[in-house]
Amino acid sequence: MNLLLVAAGQVHSALGESNQSHLLAARHTQALSFIFHIPLVCFGIAFPAMVLFTEGLWLRTGDPAYKALAKRWSKVMLILFAVGVVSGTILSFEFGLLWPNFTATFGDVFGLGFALEGFSFFIEAIFIAIYVYGWDSLSPRNHFLCGIPIVITGLAGSLFVISVNAWMNHPTGFDLAGGQVTNIHPWSALFNSNLPFELTHMYLAGYMVAGFLVAAVYARAWLRGDRSRYNRAALIIPLTFAALATPAQLIVGDWAARTVTKDQPVKLAAFEGLPHTERNAPFHIGGIYEDGEVKYGVEIPDLLSILADHDPNGKVDGLNIVPARDRPPINVTRLSFQTMVFIGTGLALVTVVFVTAWWRRRRLPRSRWFYRALVAAGPLALVALICGWITTEVGRQPWVVYEVMRTKQAVTDAGGLPIVFWLLVVVYLSLLGAVIWLLRRLARSSPEKEVGRSLEAAR
Amino acid sequence: MLPEICLGLVIAGLTAYAVLGGADFGAGFWDLTAGGAERGGRVRGMVQHSMGPVWEANHVWLIFVLVVMWTCFPVGFGSIMSTLYVPLFIAVVGIIFRGTAFALRGQAATISEARILGALFATSSVLVPFCFGACLGAIGSGRVPVGNAAGDPISSWLNPTGILVGALAVITGSYLAAVYMAGDSVRAGLPDMQRAFRARALIAGVAAGVVAIGGLVVLRDDARPLFDGLTSGGGLVFVIASAVAGAATLALVWVERFEVARFTAAAAVACVTIGWAFGQSPYLLPKHLTLDQAAAGHATLVATLIGVAIGMVVLIPSLYLLYSLTLRGRLDQQFEPLDQRFRPLSAKRSHG
Ligand code: HDD
Ligand code: HEM
Ligand code: HEM
Repeated sequence: MNLLLVAAGQVHSALGESNQSHLLAARHTQALSFIFHIPLVCFGIAFPAMVLFTEGLWLRTGDPAYKALAKRWSKVMLILFAVGVVSGTILSFEFGLLWPNFTATFGDVFGLGFALEGFSFFIEAIFIAIYVYGWDSLSPRNHFLCGIPIVITGLAGSLFVISVNAWMNHPTGFDLAGGQVTNIHPWSALFNSNLPFELTHMYLAGYMVAGFLVAAVYARAWLRGDRSRYNRAALIIPLTFAALATPAQLIVGDWAARTVTKDQPVKLAAFEGLPHTERNAPFHIGGIYEDGEVKYGVEIPDLLSILADHDPNGKVDGLNIVPARDRPPINVTRLSFQTMVFIGTGLALVTVVFVTAWWRRRRLPRSRWFYRALVAAGPLALVALICGWITTEVGRQPWVVYEVMRTKQAVTDAGGLPIVFWLLVVVYLSLLGAVIWLLRRLARSSPEKEVGRSLEAAR
Repeated sequence: MLPEICLGLVIAGLTAYAVLGGADFGAGFWDLTAGGAERGGRVRGMVQHSMGPVWEANHVWLIFVLVVMWTCFPVGFGSIMSTLYVPLFIAVVGIIFRGTAFALRGQAATISEARILGALFATSSVLVPFCFGACLGAIGSGRVPVGNAAGDPISSWLNPTGILVGALAVITGSYLAAVYMAGDSVRAGLPDMQRAFRARALIAGVAAGVVAIGGLVVLRDDARPLFDGLTSGGGLVFVIASAVAGAATLALVWVERFEVARFTAAAAVACVTIGWAFGQSPYLLPKHLTLDQAAAGHATLVATLIGVAIGMVVLIPSLYLLYSLTLRGRLDQQFEPLDQRFRPLSAKRSHG
């Protein structure tokens, strides 16, 4: 029955069928661009709030260390924003350059989200410029106020993009009549039912990635012996943000898994590599999926049923509910899902150590291992983020719009896609090199320069 | 009517991008042609000074055009992007290099670093507007058919019309940039820069006029329907208006009224874009797809207009704030000749 529904529900591409021999190159190009863009997005979501919080501390205490820190961070924010702008521009173009049939067919359904997103980035760009270039010329109060729109638009911008992605996973807001898209309701496509969890999960991920990465920088300085108040503040502030987000993330992850169970059962089956629909479905840690089963993994009975249904006895759909051509690549999806979950659990442990020490003794843990763990936590959070996205995106395959349009229907017929991919590899590597170079150069100048006076002296 | 209003949004966005973003590209052109490190140092410093706080904001207009296009005219958008992938891809890579190199140059520690980055910044500043212009030429001359990469990937844009519009885009951007920076120099109290950019504005203004008029001949041969559209009815009105505004700008620059010239220069560009739209009406893709055929459904167009209206309510005051702070010099961008910046640093180092 399911099969029939799917076949009847498939759309006709607006530009005619695609006939592209390098589909994989197109997909890799898209993935590459996202993997570059998404870490910057985390800073767009979470960093403004941290900077503003620090500036707020300065306004309340008058301690120049806070001002130096906020000012320094605001420069980092500007650099990352600029790189976010260029990498985001590539993404916008890729929608047409790589997937013209997707935009031609569904642009009028999901486009609204991007139009609104455009405005929020616009306003973000404006206020970031005012904020960063206005440190000394605006009054402290006005300067602080100019930071608030950055926080709001950082959140709003990603709301709209995420809504598009949620829609691709759970398409609503239109009808299909004989393969034609009709009766479009852009607002209900925009506010689809997948949005709430994806958005929450991504926001929390933003705070975790930005928080742990920034904390990692100063944890390394701590390990090298920097015990200044400046460094301490620079460590505690982002770590606190991350520590608040991490436990919540586990709960939201559970919410995500249950929604996927309901809306995209095949994707959920791919998380585990569950060949057949069953009750008391187990979860295998590690191992690989081969010949229709998971091999070499550590089996934990009932866990998948618990995850998907909150009931050890719950029935979980297996891959067998759809023919093989409608299943995603199992191992990629599975491995990235597991990596995300393990890292998330590990980061929650780091958080527990931090919170306990703070609660009991009002100070940071003293063990060097805690700081070493923090240095690792930054990159790991980033890995979890990327793995989460790979889970979502690869798990959606072979569909670009779930059960409505196949990825291979969406792709361009243009030539040269492998060349494009390799050129972009070079472009992104140079961009990455440039960012690292810039940030290191910034880090070399002493924070005292930011305020033009000593930071340790009495206020 | 709705499709026309939505096309109006695209044109407004294109105009804003041409007037604001185009000037940023133009600044890159003057950077490229400023001469050796010493001679060009002051001009380059002025470029850095004028562009610093605003370039990201200007750039968002491009995104705006893209998303309104694909929301309101999805089939047209898909056809354009898939046929014109070569110039568009070059433009994207150019945008990346340009943005990055500009940001990096602001932090460069030695003059040679700054020069390499500057060369990258300036070259891409010329490449990007050329490619975008060529794409407009391809569309206007009817070389983008409906379909998935249905047009020729090269000859669709590398042809007389494409090259003409590309060149015009580069020159107009340079013209705008020179006019704006002459004004900025007055405000920054730098008479030598004011003279330098006044001269550049006059040269570029004349060049833009000559190319535009000569270009009509090219269009008559290569894109007759567009030519006819531009030389009759609404198209003609706006072409003439543009010529008048262009000439007025030249006169204003001559008498050094740079602040007013800013606006007439922008008006000249705006009139060309609007005239162009008249010239190719009723088509979105001349010969192949009319505006009405291309337009998305009623609900989508209405939703987009509502979305844009809400956005504008927030955007316009914010933009006003940004430009007024910039124009009043409240955002701390110091003028510093690019070659001078490195002197104190190295001097300090050699003294220990
Ligand atoms: C720091 C990052 C991070 C961490 C620690 C976690 N996640 Fe996650 N996860 C993401 C970052 C992320 C994300 C932001 O990358 C994704 C991609 C799409 C989305 O909405 O969030 C995601 C997607 C995602 C999906 C797929 C949603 C879909 O396909 O629509 C599921 C089922 C989970 N997550 C579940 C979890 C669970 C059970 C976690 C518990 C430990 C977890 N995530 C931790
Ligand atoms: C299809 C995917 C995407 C496209 C086309 C896209 C497009 C863009 C564009 C054009 C920009 C530059 C904005 C500017 O010019 O000011 C940008 C930046 C940004 N994008 Fe994306 N983006 C995509 C994916 C995402 C995702 C998945 C998120 C969030 C979860 C996101 C959130 C952001 C944020 C917060 C910024 C601001 C940059 C910063 O603050 O560093 N984007 N994006
Ligand atoms: C919210 C915004 C996003 C949107 C609208 C979006 C949209 C798309 C589209 C249109 C494709 C191409 C069609 C397809 O392969 O199905 C795609 C593929 C892909 N995207 Fe996303 N994406 C988003 C976020 C992300 C992020 C943040 C990442 C990763 C870090 C990501 C990773 C991928 C990958 C890995 C593929 C290729 C899938 C494959 O080859 O199997 N996406 N996405």
